[in-house]
Amino acid sequence: MPTTDVVVTGLGATTPLGGDVAATWDAMLAGRSGVSALTQEWAAQLPVRIAAQLAVEPSEKIDRVKMRRLDRSEAIALIAAHEAWADAGLVDAGLDTERLAVSIGSGIGGAQTLLAQDDILEASGPRKVSPHTVPMLMPNGPAAWVGLELGAKAGVHSVASACATGAEAISLGLDIIRSGRADVVVAGGTEAVVHQLPIAGFASMRAMSVRNDEPEKASRPWDKARDGFVLGEGAGIVVLERADHAIARGARIYARLAGAGITSDGYDIVQPHPEGLGATRAIAKALADAGVAKTDIVHVNAHATSTPVGDMAEIASLRAAVGDHPVLTGTKSMTGHLLGAAGAVESIATILAIRDGVIPPTINLDDPEDGLLDVAAHKARHLEIPAALNNSFGFGGHNVALIFTRP
Amino acid sequence: MTRDDIIAGLAEILEEVAGVNPDDVAEEKSFTDELDVDSLSMVEVVVAAEEKFGVKIPDNEVQNLKTVGDAVSYIESNA
Repeated sequence: MPTTDVVVTGLGATTPLGGDVAATWDAMLAGRSGVSALTQEWAAQLPVRIAAQLAVEPSEKIDRVKMRRLDRSEAIALIAAHEAWADAGLVDAGLDTERLAVSIGSGIGGAQTLLAQDDILEASGPRKVSPHTVPMLMPNGPAAWVGLELGAKAGVHSVASACATGAEAISLGLDIIRSGRADVVVAGGTEAVVHQLPIAGFASMRAMSVRNDEPEKASRPWDKARDGFVLGEGAGIVVLERADHAIARGARIYARLAGAGITSDGYDIVQPHPEGLGATRAIAKALADAGVAKTDIVHVNAHATSTPVGDMAEIASLRAAVGDHPVLTGTKSMTGHLLGAAGAVESIATILAIRDGVIPPTINLDDPEDGLLDVAAHKARHLEIPAALNNSFGFGGHNVALIFTRP
Repeated sequence: MTRDDIIAGLAEILEEVAGVNPDDVAEEKSFTDELDVDSLSMVEVVVAAEEKFGVKIPDNEVQNLKTVGDAVSYIESNA
């Protein structure tokens, strides 16, 4: 392994499937759905009354006083970052923090804080607005908090590219290490907007599933009966590290982050290009960047949100850029769509699939679309994976492809 | 209201807002140095204290309230 390579040495997550990486991964392999009915009072008036909510409330891991100054998206970023940091063996490792950077984004930011504080402003006046409001709602808040708690001094970065955010933040981490600006980057995404305004907004776009009576069946990528995505909340964080740095400290290496490809569609603010041209170019760029042959990509963790148009546009891209041979997973069938965290949590699933030689199932794929590639429907499948591709796309025409390989 | 009543009220606020142990709250304690109340939490303490004790604490007064005793005295003479 060339010493300039970038490797993954730590993983952390809190998702609708579990409060940490191990619980999330176990639930994924078992094909469990994290989607349930919303019981909040505000949900009653909405056309969409289902979501994939966190399996473990952040207040179980962060004390009450600290939670007062954290937006939910910040709290869960901290939980996942601390897990990844510990998993990488970096607690008390004496890392040079001037060589430590952070790259963590969110698609929407501190919307829950914004809405709650606006309610307070309207009801009680400006003096009652929390002085913590701005650091809670600012989109760089999650990255800033993680940087603060880990002492990162090589730069704290916040990507915002909608549903491609988590993957783009990881690709930025790759760039930072390759360019020599840091040895270690804590990278990923976070999102916590299970709230009536974001749901109403997505629902008004007709982008969401309205299968309110069957929450667990609502997220069904590539199934002919799919009717939109299911909103989820969660955070995923990875520790990226220059390979020689990781080797020198004897770190356990999960996988190599071999390359990334980023493009933009230049087509429409929300619709992907119907033939997936932007995505095709992103995948091709990632392959070239990684120096990986398309035939080596045996597994793809697809973006696959369960929207009628997007899922099949991605298939067209994969066919064009990689070919017909890879086996696909749509983990959003279980996690729902974690928006800014999706690409990060899905990167973790991709990395663990490489490590364990098993890919998670795509649940609810009862009646597959015609012309689909090979998908591990319903049940996990054992598969030797030398290299895997993780796709993420976002409103605004963002396309990000990441390639992970065995270390 | 006695000074002790005011201290007890402030201790309640400090526990709620900043997680300060009520046993640590005493007249001579400094909010920032000894009780570890950061600047944003201090704003919350002031707003909560105004409500609890029915006083107005103008922003230019807040900087003079370095210790719990300073706050007690201000509240005592302005409530």
